[in-house]
Amino acid sequence: MVNLQEKIASLCPSATFEEGEYLLVNVDDKEWYSLAKSLKEELGFDYLVSVIGVDWKETLGCMYYLTSTATNAKVSVKVATADRENPMLHSVSDLWKVALIQEREVFDFFGIVFIGHPDMRRLFMRTDWVGYPLRKDYDDNPELNPIRLDAEENEDNSFVVTEEDGKLTKKEYKIFGENDYVVNFGPQHPSTHGVMRLRCAIDGETINKVIPVCGYIHRGIERLCESKSYPQTLFFTDRMDYMSSCQNRHCLCLCIEKALGLEIPHRVQVIRVMMDELMRMSSHLLSFGCMAMDMGATTAFVYGFREREQILDILEKTTGGRMSQHYHVIGGVAADVHPDFIKDVRELCAIMPERVAEYHKLFTGNIITEKRTQGVGVVSKEDVISYATSGPNGRASGWACDVRKRTPYAVYDELKFDEIVYTEGDSFARYMVRMDEVMQCVSLLEQLCDMLEKEEGNEIAAPKVPKMIKLPAGHWFQEVEASRGTFGVYIESDGGKNPYRMHFSSPCLNHVGAIDTYCAGYKIADLITISASMDYVIPDIDR
Amino acid sequence: MFDFSIATSWLHNFLLSFMPGWLTTTVECVLIGVALLLVYALLALFYIIYERKLCAWFQCRLGPMRVGPWGALQVFADMFKILIKELIRLENIDRFLFALAPYLVIIASMLTFACLPWGNGLQVIDFNIGVFFMIAASSIGVLGILLAGWSSNNKYTLIGAMRSGAQMVSYELSIGLSILTMVVLAGTMSITGLVEAQADGWFLFKGHIPAFIAFVIYLIAANAETNRGPFDMPEAEHELTAGYHTEYSGIHFGFFYLAEYLNLFVVSGIASLLFLGGWMPLHVPGWEGFNAVMDYIPSVVWFLGKAFFISFLLIWFRWSFPRVRIDQMLKLEWKYLMPIGLFNLILMTIIVMYDLHF
Amino acid sequence: MKREDWKDNEYIDQLVEELNASGANVVVGTLDKLINWSRANSLWPLCFGTSCCAIEFMHAAAARHDMARFGFEVLRNSPRQADLLMINGTITYRMAPVLMRLYEQLAEPKYVIATGACTISGGPFIGSHCVVQGVDQLLPVDVYIPGCPPRPEAMFYGMMQLQRKINAQKFFGGANRKEKLKDFLAKHPEEVEAMK
Repeated sequence: MVNLQEKIASLCPSATFEEGEYLLVNVDDKEWYSLAKSLKEELGFDYLVSVIGVDWKETLGCMYYLTSTATNAKVSVKVATADRENPMLHSVSDLWKVALIQEREVFDFFGIVFIGHPDMRRLFMRTDWVGYPLRKDYDDNPELNPIRLDAEENEDNSFVVTEEDGKLTKKEYKIFGENDYVVNFGPQHPSTHGVMRLRCAIDGETINKVIPVCGYIHRGIERLCESKSYPQTLFFTDRMDYMSSCQNRHCLCLCIEKALGLEIPHRVQVIRVMMDELMRMSSHLLSFGCMAMDMGATTAFVYGFREREQILDILEKTTGGRMSQHYHVIGGVAADVHPDFIKDVRELCAIMPERVAEYHKLFTGNIITEKRTQGVGVVSKEDVISYATSGPNGRASGWACDVRKRTPYAVYDELKFDEIVYTEGDSFARYMVRMDEVMQCVSLLEQLCDMLEKEEGNEIAAPKVPKMIKLPAGHWFQEVEASRGTFGVYIESDGGKNPYRMHFSSPCLNHVGAIDTYCAGYKIADLITISASMDYVIPDIDR
Repeated sequence: MFDFSIATSWLHNFLLSFMPGWLTTTVECVLIGVALLLVYALLALFYIIYERKLCAWFQCRLGPMRVGPWGALQVFADMFKILIKELIRLENIDRFLFALAPYLVIIASMLTFACLPWGNGLQVIDFNIGVFFMIAASSIGVLGILLAGWSSNNKYTLIGAMRSGAQMVSYELSIGLSILTMVVLAGTMSITGLVEAQADGWFLFKGHIPAFIAFVIYLIAANAETNRGPFDMPEAEHELTAGYHTEYSGIHFGFFYLAEYLNLFVVSGIASLLFLGGWMPLHVPGWEGFNAVMDYIPSVVWFLGKAFFISFLLIWFRWSFPRVRIDQMLKLEWKYLMPIGLFNLILMTIIVMYDLHF
Repeated sequence: MKREDWKDNEYIDQLVEELNASGANVVVGTLDKLINWSRANSLWPLCFGTSCCAIEFMHAAAARHDMARFGFEVLRNSPRQADLLMINGTITYRMAPVLMRLYEQLAEPKYVIATGACTISGGPFIGSHCVVQGVDQLLPVDVYIPGCPPRPEAMFYGMMQLQRKINAQKFFGGANRKEKLKDFLAKHPEEVEAMK
């Protein structure tokens, strides 16, 4: 870390540093772009994990979390501006394409305009929304923003602020050309898996351009968190990516525990990981079912759901919930597992290989499936890293990005497993990564069952946490591998009982940000298979 | 085997005994029309429940259970509800064509339906170009679908209609070729003639290799012609919400819905006519006793049984296969099915010329 | 379980009896029964899922629970052909106009079921700046199914309650339709002008 600090100091002498879990670089906005460029090109930080807007009262700014895919080195950068009336920062969207969508999110929530960003529109809120909701001086008056029932205007107008020789110019433009035949998918469309809206410019059956419109299920979770106590914030994680509720909650628990410096008993860690893996398996089964259904094979969908029911039964016996588990809590888990838990999991592990073989027979091996998915939606490794589409989608393009392997948390370093990486980068590879991960989960669960049996007698006591949880002032970032990719939690605390700022960096937002790269040039029908193979969950995008 | 023409000619003579000739014809036309409509509606309802139950069986479900015994009355509830559901008036559409389209679709399927040989002597009209008429009538349906998609003034329906147009026009070729192959074998286009020619063995067995190829091509093309999976692109639920009939509600939608199921019966009926002997019982030359037993089964049962069997195959395809893409589908037709069909036609001609069939 | 065995919400059945007792014509009454029977047993839901509840709804349609048994089989994607708007999930401010448009696109008769805590009252997102705190602020709701998300069995229970309500409807004869119209016009004189 010291080494890295020296290197950065030589690149940018004016930067100041703060030690911590990640090295924090404070840099002025004027030098940020050139530093970013050398960070990426010279020091190999090619993966931008998250851009987090924060309102520090005197200043507005962003936290950037960067990782090098080669060395796994991590660094965070803080850039701020004191201008609250007309805040502007330099965009890094041409270096890391994931910033294209993440900077739009910051613009939407904080009103920070990014100089050089090609498409500055609001992301989640309506175009006629008054104010920037995550600012501390946001006016919450419902009369300013009532429920509007008039149809929303299509957001065709975008603008870009460019800088030439220190002079800023604002240029407005339309996102679609005059001759584009624009077809609207969603927000209420059967194959968008929720209320996602895609606007496609098509030529015959070929897609020229896809513009995602998000925010139809934006529930303002991050803002709500700021008025809740820490245990209360846990309940939102289950409702973001409801298909990986355990992993999301695990992430938030880890982050809070890290801030509190809590030690977690080994048995609890094993149980948490088991829940995560069960959840991952059920999520991948759902994704298999939905992919099959989107392609018209309804029977395969029902078969996928049959096994999902079995997993839900196991979860329900222990946690009492089918979808929202609410099982991980700060410092431990809510209760010990059901006495039948290990037996049930072993039974599940015993039948799964046979069932997965059945899926392959019914759906994967079908010539129509192969023809429709192989060679469709091909994305290169560079694009995947640049767009930060982590998780199975990244691994399908050859990017080994599994957090469980890269920076192991809980008991993952005690488990034997290989990351599943395909190199084709097409829809079929994305699908196969998921199907292989189902089998990987089976092997992990078997190992975990053995571990849990060894822990016999170590029954869980109630977690030792203070009644009123207060985090010390500071900020923390934690990543876990959710079902769809890297899920990150950022907490900034001012020492009070509520978080000062809580940010959830969701994998699905990145997937959707890259959807144009995935789909352009393919057919309308391919849009469906590609988005099914990307397997995004809409409430995770919008939060 | 009971010959239904005895009954029909008795009715004809009975009517003639107290009516002039023109009135008899009119009365008969009305009677036949009413009978056909009734059978049409009942069969469509039966097909809906048939498919639902089969699909439930494939998917380890139960299917409709609560309405009537084993859900038998479910379809009646569905149809009655559709009948009294609101017909939405849309702005900015071509009203006349919008209203016309469902009728065109249902008339096309009705006309084709009327040509089927129901049983021994039980047929609406028997003329020497029966098969030709059948193909011609069935292709009116595409017009209805195109009009429905175009007149709705909606991008989804338009895409659905265009896909459907391309698909049905293409696959009609394959259907035509495989029908032609069987006509070459039979040497007649008359529907009765076709059935009679299969008295000593169904064409599928008589025409061996080319007949089998034609049968497979026919099944694929028929699936495409009826817009059913894996070729259900015109209404591809997960791409175009409901395809060309997205904007239709109430009974207009009901017509599309009924016609879709009935077309399934029609193509199965044609397949059973061309390949499985229509209403002709299964006869094995030489097994006199067996043949006699087979003759005891009424001809209507034979015909319906065969049609239901072929529908079962088509439903099975539909619920197992994923959907193909529009360009793949057209490629399949123009690059594979049609050349094979043409080659098959030549093969059949050679076989017929040298008398190589059974 | 048969519908007669239910021992809750009998007031609906009582309502039917009262309505019938108030002298419905035999023919009209039978027709009404037929219409109600067909409507109640053939509720085609519109696929409308915004979040978690939608997944439980998919479970309700899948093999173990099998919605098709009750006649809810045909999931229509086009609102014109659906009878039932089952709101599965949170409705946000941005989604509200879309929801209203969908509701208006549904062909009569149309029914609305609010599924899950978010839909009913905002649920866990109560106090959020952009979540509609209960869809009944926007449109009339027939049945509420609480839960977060409700189990498929709970969804069936709610949908069967809706069937029950439908059975208490009147299509012909209109026991109170004219009176209602009169009441409405008395309260809104401007509509009378508009009608003229």
